[in-house]
Amino acid sequence: MDNAYLIETIIKVVVILLVFSALAGIGTYFERKILAFMQRRLGPMNVGPYGLLQVAADGIKLFTKEDIIPSGVVSPIFKIAPVITAATAFMAAAAIPFLPSFTVFGYEVHPIVADIDIGILYVLGIMAIGLFGPLLGGMASANKFALLSAARAAAVFISYEVVTGLATLAPIMMVGSLSLIDFNNYQADNGWIIWSQPLAFILFWIAAFAETGRTPFHLIANDHEIIDGFGTEYSGMRWGLFFIGEYANMFFISFVIPIIFLGGFGDGTVLGAFALLGKMAFFFFFFLWTRAAWPDVRPDQLMWLCWKVLMPLAVINVVITGFVMMF
Amino acid sequence: MFEAVAFYLFAFLTITMFYITVTTSQALYALSTLAAGMIFISAFFFILGADFLGAVQIIVYTGAVMALYAFGMMFFDTTREVKEKNGNKYIVVGLSAIAAVMVVAIFSAPIISTNMQAFYPMVEGAGNTQQVGMVLFTKYLIPFEVAAIMLLVAMVAGIVLAGKKMDLSLTLMNAEEIQAIEDEKNKKVLS
Repeated sequence: MDNAYLIETIIKVVVILLVFSALAGIGTYFERKILAFMQRRLGPMNVGPYGLLQVAADGIKLFTKEDIIPSGVVSPIFKIAPVITAATAFMAAAAIPFLPSFTVFGYEVHPIVADIDIGILYVLGIMAIGLFGPLLGGMASANKFALLSAARAAAVFISYEVVTGLATLAPIMMVGSLSLIDFNNYQADNGWIIWSQPLAFILFWIAAFAETGRTPFHLIANDHEIIDGFGTEYSGMRWGLFFIGEYANMFFISFVIPIIFLGGFGDGTVLGAFALLGKMAFFFFFFLWTRAAWPDVRPDQLMWLCWKVLMPLAVINVVITGFVMMF
Repeated sequence: MFEAVAFYLFAFLTITMFYITVTTSQALYALSTLAAGMIFISAFFFILGADFLGAVQIIVYTGAVMALYAFGMMFFDTTREVKEKNGNKYIVVGLSAIAAVMVVAIFSAPIISTNMQAFYPMVEGAGNTQQVGMVLFTKYLIPFEVAAIMLLVAMVAGIVLAGKKMDLSLTLMNAEEIQAIEDEKNKKVLS
């Protein structure tokens, strides 16, 4: 392991960490503006031009607020739960190729921290660990609403995980590899996977909402009880870490969906790179759009949907793909 | 160098986590450290170059332990300590000592006899995932299928245990009996 590789990896890790922590903050600004636009409001307007500095104001508030640990909680677990959500979101980013490789001063840079053979499995697996944050936070809080939210986190988890796995299985069978770079290259040669796997695309997209806990499946945080579920007892930066984790996850899954189904960055030109960023922006926007347009489902409806509708569809899709590939 | 550092770090972490799992009397600590230990074990697969098994370890055990959490939530107040019934301590100590010795003996036996040979050599050019698939569907096909049947049996058993009125079969009943069941249902709703 030579030094150049080591330094390159460290720089990439730091860049991803900084960029996406900042993006998580700016993402909240986008979310509030877009929701406001769709609900005929103005959204944040007072801090800076068009409320752009609202992000900084929120940051100052989160960092300087007192970090309260209530006396009844199981404090080690209570303290570590937000860290799990934020850390696993960024760990998952290690196997995502954000841009095509480019050359800086004669040195070729691959904007992926580790191109492992099992990229897609790794990303989905680590993202799944992220749900331990809400679960542990809710269970350690010694609060009934938080405990309810933890129970829902477990329900969400056992519902969507099977669907994501089976939905990605059909594209994996076509590509014959689990590396996200191979997915991209396959689609650069053979056209986008969405044209041959539209069903898998839609299933994965639906499951992505459950994976990130966004609105149709935002039942982890009991919004309808006007309480923040697992975050009820949290304050200051610990609550902020949950937030950063959620938004970073949204950004990362918005990268993963186009890379698997929509051609990724294509043949690796500058145009392809911008196309990937554009697709990512669309999927991120779609998360916010659904939040404005749709109500939450109940936990039992989510489980019904995942186990009785989406999972059989995914299995049928896998079987049909297998037959088509065999003959 | 990195591998040695990673190995000792994760060995220490794994053993610490499982030690806490066994010794703590609080359900939440036990479950959390169990999950953490299971996930840290995947690091050993990654160090050995078995990426696929490492990722599978993470995915399977996060899901499995998540189900345990659900049971923990149902049976305990997880923020309070559980009073355990400690039976005969000598039996526990004795059995765990025997188990530990047997595990060490089983795993060190091939090293001593130096008869270890790879029956299925590495296939050139095949990735880690493909190699797992090749071995699974040639040499270990029967154990693999038997495990699948066992899971199916467990699933059917679970459905039978959880389902209501599973001893009734609508296809074997005549119209009057079915009507009687329907009336019973409606009576409950109306009253």
